[in-house]
Formats: sequence, structure tokens, C-alpha cells
Amino acid sequence: MSTVAAVVLFTGVIAYAVLGGADYGAGFWDLTAGGAQRGRRPRHLVDESLAPVWEANHVWLVFCLVMLWTGFPAAFAAIMTTLYVPLGLAALGIVLRGAGFAFRKVMVRTDQQRVTGAAFALSSVVVPYFLGAVAGGIASGRVPPGGQGDPLTSWVNPTSVLGGVLAVLVCAYTAAVFLTAEARRHEDADLEAWFRRRSLATAVVTGAVALAGLFVLRADAPRLLDGLLSRALPLVVLSGVCGLTALLLLRRAAPRVVQILAVGAVAAVVGGWGVAQYPDLLGTHTTIAEAAAPAPTLWALTIVAAAALAIVVPAMALLFVLAQRGSLDTSH
Amino acid sequence: MADLTGVAGVLAADPEQLLPARQMMAFTLGFHIILVPFGVAFTAMMLIANWRGLRRDDEAALVLARRWSQVAGVLFAVGAVSGTVLSFELGLLWPGLMGRFGAAFGIPFAVEGLFFFLEAVFVAIYIYGWRRMRPWPHFWTGVPVVLSGIGGTSAVVAANAWMNQPDGFTLDDEGQVVDVRPLDVVFNDAFGYEAVHMLLAAYMVAGFTIAGVYAVGMLRGRRDRLHRLGLVIPLTVAAIATPVQVLVGDIAAREVFENEPAKFAMIEALPETGTRVPEVLGGVLVDGEVRYGIGIPLGASLLAGLDPDTEIQGLDAIPEEYRPADRLVNTVHIAFQVMVGIGMVLLALSAWYAWLWWRRRRQPDRVPDNRWFLRCVALSGVLAIIALEAGWVVTEVGRQPWIVVGYLRTAEAVTTTGNVWLFCGATVALYAALALGTFFVLRLLRHRWREAGELAEDDDPGGEGDVPYGPSRARSGTPA
Ligand code: HDD
Ligand code: HEM
Ligand code: HEM
Repeated sequence: MSTVAAVVLFTGVIAYAVLGGADYGAGFWDLTAGGAQRGRRPRHLVDESLAPVWEANHVWLVFCLVMLWTGFPAAFAAIMTTLYVPLGLAALGIVLRGAGFAFRKVMVRTDQQRVTGAAFALSSVVVPYFLGAVAGGIASGRVPPGGQGDPLTSWVNPTSVLGGVLAVLVCAYTAAVFLTAEARRHEDADLEAWFRRRSLATAVVTGAVALAGLFVLRADAPRLLDGLLSRALPLVVLSGVCGLTALLLLRRAAPRVVQILAVGAVAAVVGGWGVAQYPDLLGTHTTIAEAAAPAPTLWALTIVAAAALAIVVPAMALLFVLAQRGSLDTSH
Repeated sequence: MADLTGVAGVLAADPEQLLPARQMMAFTLGFHIILVPFGVAFTAMMLIANWRGLRRDDEAALVLARRWSQVAGVLFAVGAVSGTVLSFELGLLWPGLMGRFGAAFGIPFAVEGLFFFLEAVFVAIYIYGWRRMRPWPHFWTGVPVVLSGIGGTSAVVAANAWMNQPDGFTLDDEGQVVDVRPLDVVFNDAFGYEAVHMLLAAYMVAGFTIAGVYAVGMLRGRRDRLHRLGLVIPLTVAAIATPVQVLVGDIAAREVFENEPAKFAMIEALPETGTRVPEVLGGVLVDGEVRYGIGIPLGASLLAGLDPDTEIQGLDAIPEEYRPADRLVNTVHIAFQVMVGIGMVLLALSAWYAWLWWRRRRQPDRVPDNRWFLRCVALSGVLAIIALEAGWVVTEVGRQPWIVVGYLRTAEAVTTTGNVWLFCGATVALYAALALGTFFVLRLLRHRWREAGELAEDDDPGGEGDVPYGPSRARSGTPA
């Protein structure tokens, strides 16, 4: 039963990494889009494609937190009492980001937009970094079972830095691929090329960092590396294959296909993390079974998750379909 | 909020993080809860306007619904991010609570998550669907928003009710939760009345606040149909909710009397157990004695048990080690009176409204435009918000020193690491910016609408069509 709950939890993590990740990445491109004139069109596209979905995407984070604290309460407390610095900063960043985005859409004057837009874009980069660093801290076993781990080195360490950088890059990559498709839907060839170039660049950089990361892990988190290269190897390979194919097809294939491949690459690598550390929950110790809540709670969670599958997934699908079909009008 | 939380009740022996953690929790919850009514109840009013617009072909009602959906969109976003912070805080500030009782306490939150998903999805569809969806399907996408708002609120309040009257779990000898009965956790004894009371409060807050905005407009001479409708729809909803709310509050008080005697003693500021207890209006507890209050003979006993001989347990019935400090008692006592007092004032306002409405039954336009009435409506929103906050203070401070009544003390649940003051300060600063930003953005919208006039489309080409969510200038094509 506890494994089922862990799978549910990790599915939430994957969904957040993909959907939330694309959101954060869009903020990354917003930040780097250049001055007010030059960056106007990419920013506009980011605004339009993000507006209807960001809140729904963001609920995945809440879902993960709730699954963790209900299904694995002691582990949740351990993580929170150890990694409170990056988590607290991430929470504040999330406020800044959501509010900055919502406010910016109302503003018309460039100078007002600039302030709120900067809040949105900057926190879009900072938040995934912190969340990635948290993942690194957990994966490398720096959260002791009883909590109260080192408040600094638990997230300022090689694996965490790797996690943070990778998170930012992966977000940027997913977003660039999504926005390429979006630009294509709007039949805007310039913008499509703009984002395609960026998809390529981030794909290459992400791949390179991931490879270099293997050496970081060998030195800093050998157990995780072990898992990644044995049990989780199929997923890691799958991720690489998806990523590479997406790169090759970026120019030719339908954007939809590239989108799916990119999602596959991200999902596989995050899933690979989970498989690599199985059966441990806190990286190298505290197994899933040890940390789990009593069975009826896990049942309740599973039922809620099944209900989510039955109700929320169609609803989300409806939202995405309506958005893609252009039934939702988010233009300025 | 600072002085409402009974700072002095934190004893010197308490962990040093307790004070900032409580301040921070109270501040962020107090902030979040103001936004909740707009996500939960305002959306219902928006749908009523939408329905009317479609049914009666009423252009003004449709314009209202569209404008309201934009306001709801902004407030919904702020509500969502401030709620996310709360989720983090439960772990960051109260690891002792989550670590020990997460297996039970968390279940209602999982249910809440489900409703939030639905709410977020359909809010987006509704808000952005104005132009390109057909009118009735578009209307129906708003219905899940209202339903999931009700569901989500009930679920969170279930978590809160569980803290007051915990149920549905078994502890082993070491105090670990070993068995959980999820249905008993969610449907605990305090759930029913707390959930209904909160939902009604949400409808009152949203109703009186929005009506107040239009009342101010009418007082300033804008008496067009838009303003009249904007006044009548929310005010009617709130005026219907108010009498029910007073009844439910009365039930809540009696339930608290039976199941949470310590909280009831704090509400009544009653030093000693006894029968034929007077109801004390105002007054503060100083050194075990209530001063400066006006007593209504037999009042409290009558209210609690409908019988003057009803015995009410006083503070002396609480074991010494759990007895709350006078400051906490006074906080709860005063907060309760503020809530009930405001409830009565709003009840009177609702009755006045009903009377004016009845008196104008033969006039073509039944919307009251009595200036004094409008002035009172203008104030009612603030009063409702104060009552809402006061009610939460009664619930939360009245539970002290427990975080889970009878099982876990707040002082045992609080985090022991980090510097909570810093985190708290950063949050207050950020929320101040958030509040300012929200205010500014709403003013911007109002300004834009005022320029657009009563029935003009707010999205005429070349005009100010740049709106956050929803009705905005179609770039191309006509509505589907
Ligand atoms: C518009 C807001 C509003 C108004 C007018 C009232 N209340 Fe209330 N009250 C709340 C809003 C509220 C709340 C939403 O803030 C609380 C906090 C927790 C809850 O369930 O509802 C609350 C709690 C609360 C509690 C504590 C429940 C508990 O701790 O379990 C009692 C005893 C009452 N109320 C009683 C009343 C009475 C007798 C009222 C009569 C006029 C009244 N309330 C009006
Ligand atoms: C269902 C929702 C809620 C939950 C689960 C909840 C939970 C908590 C928790 C865990 C604490 C800290 C521990 C404690 O002091 O007991 C707390 C304190 C507090 N909360 Fe709530 N709360 C909820 C709703 C609210 C709301 C809406 C308000 C609005 C004003 C509020 C006001 C307070 C205050 C004032 C305190 C501080 C009490 C004190 O320190 O004496 N709560 N709440
Ligand atoms: C009586 C207390 C509460 C009520 C009625 C309530 C209700 C709501 C509602 C209706 C929303 C949707 C946003 C909106 O409409 O503005 C929301 C957002 C949220 N609330 Fe609360 N809430 C309460 C307290 C809490 C507490 C104690 C927590 C967490 C510990 C919490 C966590 C959240 C989260 C995470 C969101 C964001 C969901 C999203 O992303 O859409 N809320 N809340």
C-alpha cells in the first residue's frame, strides 16, 4: 500500500515538473526576452499561453505537499525542519510570481508592467532553483530521518546545485518547446524560429549539464548514481532518447510530436530519480514503508487520487483543448 | 492582527519560536481568509448576474457578470498564492503537528486539493470563455466553480474542526497514530456547523462588500442600472444569508458549550463554574474578576441551555496547567462579542432592506435609494470582514493552549529550527506589497470601466481593452 501512495506522490511530482516546469520556464524566457520593445512579442506569447493554465498547473505543487504530509508525515516534518531555508524562500517566490503575473496582465503602462513583470520573471527562475536544490538535498540523503538536518549544507552542496541548475534548465527547455508549438499555432514564423533556437540551445546545455552531473553524483551521491545507472537505467536512457529525438525533429516534425517527446524526456528523468532511490524515501535512508502513514490513510489518499484521475484529468484536458483550439480568449 | 492573538499568553517557558510562528500563522491566515469569500461566494453572484443577463436578455447584468469575473480572477490569483504559502507554513512552522498527526489531519486537505483543481480549471475556462464560447455552455462552466468552492471550503474547515474536536484515529503507547478512520476524521463533531457557518460568512462578506462598492457609487450620484443591479444582487444574497447565519452561530455556540467547555468559558470570560450565570456584555477579566462589563441576569445560562439552571463551567474547571492566561481569555471574549454584535447589526440592516423592498413594491424600480440606507450598506462589507476575522480568533485563540485539543499543545508542535522572526518579517513585507498591488489593480479596473461608461463594451477597439482575465478585445474574428 505504501508503494502505491509513493507512486501517487511521485506522479504528482512528475506532473508538477512538466506542467509547473513549463510555466516557470516561460518566466525564464520572459526574463531573458530583452528590452521592452524587443521583448514585447515573446512576452505577449508567454502571457497568452500561460494565463488560462498557470493556476491549475500550480495546484500540482499543493497536491504534492498534501500527499507528502498526509501519506508520509514524519518524512514531511523531517524535510521541513531541515530544508526550511530554500522552502521558505520558494514559498515567498511563489507569491511574488503568481501575483506579479496576474497584476501585469491588468497593467497597460510599460513602467508598471516592468515592475510586476520583473517580479514574475525573476521569481520564475529563483523558485525552480530552490525546489531543485531541495530535491538534490533529499536525493543525496541529507535529510536525517528525525529532521533538523544541517540548515545550510543540506541545500548548498554539489547535488543540490546540480538539482537547482538542472531544474532551471529543464523548465526553460520544456517551455521553449511548448512556446515553439504555440507560436506555430499563431502562425507567427518569426516567433516560432525565436523559440526554436532557444529550445535547441537549452536542450544542448541541459544535456551537457546532465552528463557533467554524472561526475558530480559520483563524488557526492554515489548511491543515487548507482540507482540511476542500474534500476533506473531504462528511464534514464528513455529520457535521453526522447530528448535527442525531440532535438532532431524540432525543425521537421509537428510541434505536437516534439511536445510529447519533450514531456517524455522530463517525465522519464524525474521518474528515474524516484526509481533510483526506491525503496528509500529520503534519498539513502528511511524506506517508504517506514515513513508511511497507517493503511487507511493511504487508502483514503489513493481513493482521492483515483477521483482526481477520474474528474480532474478530464477537466484539465478540457482546459488544454479549449486553450489550444482558441476557445479561450486571452489576448490583449 | 498582532494584539488580537494574545501575545502575552505566551509564557516565558514557551519555545522561542512560538510567538513569531503564531504571529505569522495568524497574519497569513487572516489575510487568506479575506480573499476566500471572493473565490467562493462572489463567483456565485457573478453567475446570478450571468443567468439574469441570459434569461432576461439583460445587457447590464451581462456587463456586470463580465466585470465581476475579472475582479474575481485577480482575487482568485492572490487567494491561490496566499493559500500555497499556508501549505508550506503548516510544515515550516508546525512540524510537530504535521509529523505526528499528518496521517489524520491531512486527509481533509487531500480532498480540498481535488476541489482546488476543479476550481482552478473552471475559473480559467469561465473567465477566458466570454468571447469565444456560446453563452449557455459558457454559463455552465461557471457552475463547477461555485460547487468546488463550497466543497473546498468544507474540506479545509473540516481540518480546522478536527483540531477543535479531534476524532477518527487511535494512538499507541508512544503516542503514534496507528489507526485512522478517514470518514470520522472528516466528519468530526465540529465539522457540520463550522462548515456551514463559514460558508454563510463567505456569502455575507462577499455580498456586503460588493454591494457596498456600488452603494458608494450611488451615493456619488451614479445611479444607472448597472449600479442598481450591482447593489441589489449581492445585497439580496447577503441579506438572505444573514438571518440563517445568526441561527447557525447560535447552534455553534451551544455545540461549543457542550463539547469545548474550556473555549466556552473563555467566550463568556467566566471565572467560576456556576448556574444562573449572567451574560456579560463587554468587560475584561482582571485577576480572576470581570470588570467594566454589563451583566444580563441569567443570560448566559439561558443561551447555553435554554434554562436558567444550566451549569456553565468556568475557567476554574480547566486544570491549572492548561488554563489560558487572562489576556487570551479577554481576546476571545471580546472577539466573540464583536462577532455577535456585528451579526446583530447586519441582521438589522437586512431587515431594513427587506422592509424598503416591500415598501417600494408598487414602484417601477424597487431598488432602495435612501441615502442613509446606502451609507449603511457602504459600511457593511467592512463589518462583515471584521466579524469573519473575529470568529476565527474565537475559534483559534479559544483553543489555546492546544493545537489539537486534548492531544497536542501548540508549544509542542512549533518548529525549533531557524529564525521565524526573519521569515515572518519577510512575509509581512511581501503581503503588504501584495495588498497594495491588489488595491492598485482593482482601482485600475474601476477607472477603466468608468471611462467605458455603463453599457459600452469595455473592449472597444482602440479603447482600453487590456484586462487581466477574461473579456478582452478579440484580436481576430468574431465570437464563435
Ligand atoms: C460574517 C461573519 C460572521 C457572523 C456575522 C457571525 N459569525 Fe460566528 N464565526 C464566523 C463568522 C461569523 C467565522 C467564519 O469566522 C467562524 C470561525 C470558525 C467558524 O466555523 O466560523 C465563527 C465562529 C463562531 C463560533 C466558534 C465555533 C468554534 O470554535 O467551533 C461561535 C460560537 C460563533 N461563531 C457564534 C456566532 C453567533 C452566536 C453569531 C450571531 C450573531 C455569529 N457567530 C455571527
Ligand atoms: C481551516 C482552516 C484553518 C486551519 C487548519 C488553521 C490552523 C491553525 C494552526 C495550525 C495554528 C497554529 C497553532 C495554534 O495557535 O493553535 C493556527 C493559529 C491561528 N489561526 Fe488558524 N487555522 C485555520 C483558519 C484560520 C483563519 C481563517 C483565521 C483567520 C483569522 C485563523 C486565525 C488564527 C489565529 C489568530 C491563530 C493564532 C492563535 C494563537 O496564537 O493564539 N485561523 N491556526
Ligand atoms: C477557513 C479556512 C479556509 C478556507 C475557507 C479556504 C478556502 C480557499 C479557497 C476557496 C481557495 C481558492 C482561491 C480563492 O478562491 O481565492 C483557497 C486557496 C488555497 N488555500 Fe485556502 N482556505 C482556508 C484556509 C486554508 C488553509 C489553512 C490552508 C493550508 C494550510 C489553505 C490552503 C490553500 C491553498 C494551498 C490554496 C491554493 C489552491 C490553488 O492553487 O488554487 N487554505 N482557499
